[in-house]
Amino acid sequence: MKLLILIPAFNEEGAVGGVVKEVREVMPNVPVVVVDDCSTDATVHAAREAGAQVLALPYHLGLGGCVQAGYRLAFELGYNYVIRVDGDGQHDPRDIPAILRALEREGCEMVIGSRFINGAGVHSGFLRALGIIFFRAMLRPILGRAVRDPTSGFVGVNRTALAVFSRSFPLEYPEIEALVVLQRKRFRFIEVPCRMRPRRAGRTSITPLKSLYYPVHVLLGVFVNVLKFEGRRK
Amino acid sequence: MERLLNVMSIFSLLMAGWVLASLRRAHIRVEYSVSWLAAAVVLLVLSRWRTLQDWVVAAVGVNDTSLAVLMAGGAVFLVVLYRFSLIISRLKDSNIALTQRLAILEFRLNSLDPSSDGRG
Repeated sequence: MKLLILIPAFNEEGAVGGVVKEVREVMPNVPVVVVDDCSTDATVHAAREAGAQVLALPYHLGLGGCVQAGYRLAFELGYNYVIRVDGDGQHDPRDIPAILRALEREGCEMVIGSRFINGAGVHSGFLRALGIIFFRAMLRPILGRAVRDPTSGFVGVNRTALAVFSRSFPLEYPEIEALVVLQRKRFRFIEVPCRMRPRRAGRTSITPLKSLYYPVHVLLGVFVNVLKFEGRRK
Repeated sequence: MERLLNVMSIFSLLMAGWVLASLRRAHIRVEYSVSWLAAAVVLLVLSRWRTLQDWVVAAVGVNDTSLAVLMAGGAVFLVVLYRFSLIISRLKDSNIALTQRLAILEFRLNSLDPSSDGRG
């Protein structure tokens, strides 16, 4: 078993150090890589001080490009599993072992840490909650099954999914589109309960304007991926 | 109508001159200037060539020649803009791949370099 913990971060100097320390307490012998998306604050310094390795992007790519850089690195370094934890402290690292166990035992390509199973700590604004309900309904016929928390960024992937995501990964708002990419490849995913906490510091990058743009972008991305899927089946 | 066509001619000449001046100063690359020069030539020809204007009027189905020519000119610019959207998308993909590659190489180099703190 070769596991890497990946923490994408952009201007998270107030939170990322604590996240790294918590992860290292829970998984002491597992390497932790913070992917810094060209932060303008002291994120890199805070991550290194806390004991993480840093993959520093020289140019701001956005969440998808940032996560994909980490997946590429993990794939090239031969890791079997990668678990992504957000750098804002919303994910509880104590749930990492459960995600890893599910990856190893179930043999599925992706495990999603879901805040809606067992009601394990739900911290969503009204708009986000509305969006989640909408995307659940939209994804059900596409995926052929229900997904409780399609926008969760607390995910683990095995090497098969890593090979795909290191080559092709949605660049903006990647979580939902990544599920459709998995479906195209006939990959399996499961959800395990996880705790979600309020962000520790900083501000969310989702502004009111972006929250209006988000569903449009995701819908278009899903639509394009579904079209590709149909094309492949022929 | 004549005035609008004259304005279009002057505009297309100005545009061609501007693009050529930019080319001379190396502010624009040759491959990206071709679309704008072609658009300027099409606009100029459209605004000067009566037979072509009549053909456009018949094709578009608008009785007003100036409006028909304006619509045709707009269509030319839409094609140019779409072409540049394709180019920008390709450049963005290359840029992302290059950025990720650079970061990964730097990470691996730092891991090898004994003088670094070995943390990437």
